[in-house]
Amino acid sequence: MANVCNGCADALAMEKALDEVIARYKGTKGPLIPVLHEAQAIYGYLPFEVQLKIAEGLDLPLADVYGVVSFYTGFTTKPKGKYRVSVCMGTACYVKGAEAILDKFTTSLGINVGDCTEDGKFSLDACRCVGACGLAPVVMINDDVYGNMTPDKVEDVLKKYEDVQEGI
Amino acid sequence: MIKTVEQLNALREKMQQEMALRRGCADGCTEMGGRMQILVCGVAGCQSSGSMGVYNELKRCIIENKLEDEIRLISTGCMGLCALGPLMVVYPGRVMYTKVQPEDVAEIFQSHVLEGKPVERLFAEDNDGSKIADALGHHSFYTKQLKIALKNCGTIDPYSIDEYIGVDGYQALAKVLKEMDPEDVIDTMKDSNLRGRGGAGFPTGMKWAFAASQPKKQKYVCCNADEGDPGAFMDRSVLEGDPHSVIEAMAIAGYAIGSNQGYVYVRAEYPVAVKTLTAAIEKAREYGLLGENILGTGFSFDLEVRLGAGAFVCGEETALMTSIEGHRGEPKPRPPFPAVKGLFDEPTILNNVETYATIPRIILNGADWFNSIGTEKSKGTKVFAVGGKIARTGLVEVPMGTTLREIVYDMCGGIPGGKDFKAAQTGGPSGGCIPAEALDTPIDYDNLIALGSMMGSGGLIVMDEDTCMVDLARFFLDFTVDESCGKCSPCRIGTKRMYEILTRITEGKGEMYDIEKLEILARNIKNSALCGLGQTAPNPILSALRYFKDEYIAHVVDKKCPAGVCKSIMKYKIDPDLCRRCSICKKHCPVEAITGDKKNGFVINQDVCIKCGQCQAKCPFNAILHRDRKGV
Repeated sequence: MANVCNGCADALAMEKALDEVIARYKGTKGPLIPVLHEAQAIYGYLPFEVQLKIAEGLDLPLADVYGVVSFYTGFTTKPKGKYRVSVCMGTACYVKGAEAILDKFTTSLGINVGDCTEDGKFSLDACRCVGACGLAPVVMINDDVYGNMTPDKVEDVLKKYEDVQEGI
Repeated sequence: MIKTVEQLNALREKMQQEMALRRGCADGCTEMGGRMQILVCGVAGCQSSGSMGVYNELKRCIIENKLEDEIRLISTGCMGLCALGPLMVVYPGRVMYTKVQPEDVAEIFQSHVLEGKPVERLFAEDNDGSKIADALGHHSFYTKQLKIALKNCGTIDPYSIDEYIGVDGYQALAKVLKEMDPEDVIDTMKDSNLRGRGGAGFPTGMKWAFAASQPKKQKYVCCNADEGDPGAFMDRSVLEGDPHSVIEAMAIAGYAIGSNQGYVYVRAEYPVAVKTLTAAIEKAREYGLLGENILGTGFSFDLEVRLGAGAFVCGEETALMTSIEGHRGEPKPRPPFPAVKGLFDEPTILNNVETYATIPRIILNGADWFNSIGTEKSKGTKVFAVGGKIARTGLVEVPMGTTLREIVYDMCGGIPGGKDFKAAQTGGPSGGCIPAEALDTPIDYDNLIALGSMMGSGGLIVMDEDTCMVDLARFFLDFTVDESCGKCSPCRIGTKRMYEILTRITEGKGEMYDIEKLEILARNIKNSALCGLGQTAPNPILSALRYFKDEYIAHVVDKKCPAGVCKSIMKYKIDPDLCRRCSICKKHCPVEAITGDKKNGFVINQDVCIKCGQCQAKCPFNAILHRDRKGV
C-alpha cells in the first residue's frame, strides 16, 4: 500500500480485522457481545462508526447495539489511555482505604475518574472487584497488579510508566 | 484421545505414579515423578506479589544444576493463604515457604534442594509464633479446613488434564455414563442435599429434576462464573486452579437433564480464569471428554465460554441468560422459571462454579458421605474469601456450621494492630453484617438469614472499629444504584433515594425522620423489586440499622462519625498531652491548616483542614486523633 499513509493503513487493517470477526460470528447464537469484545480489543474502544458497522454486519438494529454497549461498563465509547489505571473499589479494598488512593491518583494525574490525560498516556477508572482481595487495596495498570497500595506509593508506581521511553 | 474407561483408568494409574510424592509417598517410592516436586502458586494474589519471578528463578536454578530429570517444577492454582504469598511447597515433606521473593530462591535451592535442609525462616508463622514446616497439614489456617470444592486447587497444574485425571478426574463422569441412569444422578443430587453455592441456597437436585422433566429436545446447562460480589474470589480461584472439575460437573449435569450444550458465563475482569478455562475446554475436547460420543457411551456434550462485560445484575439467573443471548442483561419475571423456559427459551439449569466443583466428589463418594458433613439443613462445606481488616486474608473452605470466631480468630489470626472486631460482612451488596455478638453462631444458610445477612457467594469482609457502618451501607448502595439495570422502578428509583438519604446522613445533614424513611423504603423495595438484586439491595441498610442504629443516631443527632470515616463531619485534633511538638504534622499538611510552633504547640484550623489524614499518618507519637472517637 505505497500510496496510503500509516494512519490509514492502520485504519484499513482494523476494519479488515473487524470484518473477519463479524464473519466468524455471523449466524451463531447470541453473537453481539463476543463481537463487541473483539471489536474493542481491535480499536481500544467502540466509536459510533464501529457500532454501526457491527449493526449492519450482524443484521441488528443500531439501537440494540448501542443499547448493549451503553448497558455494560466493560464497553467504552471513549478512548482509553495507553496505560489504564484501575483502582479497585471492591469491599475489601474499600474498607482498607481505596478511596484515598483514588483521590491521590486524581490529583497526581490531574484528571477525573473516567477521563484520560491530554497526552493519551493515562486513563483513570474506579473499577469493580478484581478478585485480588488478599492484597487489598489493589490498583491495576493495564495487566499489572499492585497490591497493598497506599497513597504514598502512587507517585512511585506512576513513575514506572512515565520513565518508559516511547518506542518507535 | 480417550475412548474408553479403561484408557482413562490407565492414564490415572500412570499419573498416580508420577504424582505419588504429592500424595505423601516418601521419596524413593517411585522413579517416575523425580525425586522432588516444587509447587509455586501462580495465580491471583501470589502472582500479583511476584510469584512468577520466583518460578523463573527456580527454573533457572534447576536448569543450571542440570536437575530437570530429578525435579519437577509446577505452577498451581490458589493455595489459600494469600496474605503470606508468594507461596511455594516442596515435596517430599510438603514444606511450605511463605513470602518468597526471587532473591530467596538461591538459599532455598542450595539449602533445601541440594543439601536437604529446609529454610526455617520462610516457614509460615502460626498464632503462637511457632514456625511450621508442613503448614498445609499443621498450621491453624489449614487444620480446620475441609477441602471438597477446593480439593485440587493449589495441588495440581491447572493446565494439565493428565494431573486432573491422576487425582480421580473424570472418574465421576465415567461412573455416571457407565453405571447410572439420569434419574439415578438426579436422585443422588437430591439425596446429597447440596444447595446452590451462589448465595440463595436453592437445592441443586430439585433444580435439575425440574429441567429433566421438561419434554424438550434442546436443553442447556449454564455455569454462573460472573462472580460480581465485591470481595469474593472463590469462583475465580476454582477456575484458575481446577477448571476441569467444573467442566466434568457440567457434563454430568448435561447427562442428568438431557442436554448436549453448556455455556460458562465468566467475568471479563478475570482474564486468567478465562484463559485457564478455555485451555481446559480445548484439552478436554482433544481427549474426547467433551464433544461427540464421550467414552464411547453415545453421550455428547460440549461447552462454550461467554464473557460478561461488567454488569453485576448478570449474576442474576434470568439476566445472565439474557446476556448470553446478546442483549442488555435485564432480568425477566419468574415464572416461567429457567428450568422450564430459560436460555434461548429452552429449559436451562444454572449453577455456580463452586456448586459444580463440589459435584464430582458427591458422585464418587456418595450422598451419605456428603450428608455426614455440615449442619442439619446445610450440608457439605462452604468456601469463603476472607478479606478486610484481618491478619491472614485468603481463601478457606470449612464445613457448614463452623463459627465465625473459628474463621476470624483461629484460622485467620484475628484483627491486626490489636483492634477490636466490629462486624463481618457476608453476601456482598445483597447481604448484611454479622456483629460481634454473633461470633459464635454456627455459619449455615439459615442462621445467616436469621441474623439478617445471607450466605451470598462467600465473600467475608472483616471490619474493625475504624469502619463506619453508615458509610459502608452508603458504599453498597452506591454500588447497587450503579448496577441497577433500570427495568423496575422500585430498584431504579428506590435505591437512588436510599443512597441520597444515606449521603445526607454521612454529611451530617440527616434528620431523625430520615432513618424512619430509610426503613420504610427498604421494606417496600424488598417486597416489590423484580429480581434478586433489587430485593436484596436494602439488606446492608436494614442489617446496619438492626445492629448499629446508635451509629446512625450519632451521625444524625450529634453530627459525629464515631469511626472517624465520614469526612464531612469528622475532625482531627492534636492531643496536647501526647504531642511532643516535633512539627512533622505541620510540615506534611498540604493546605497549611496546622499552625503553631515548637514552643507553644500546634493546633489544627478546622476551617482550612481538608481531612486528608496526612498529619495523622505521619505523626510518630499517635497524637493526632479523631475528635469523635469514643473517649476523645
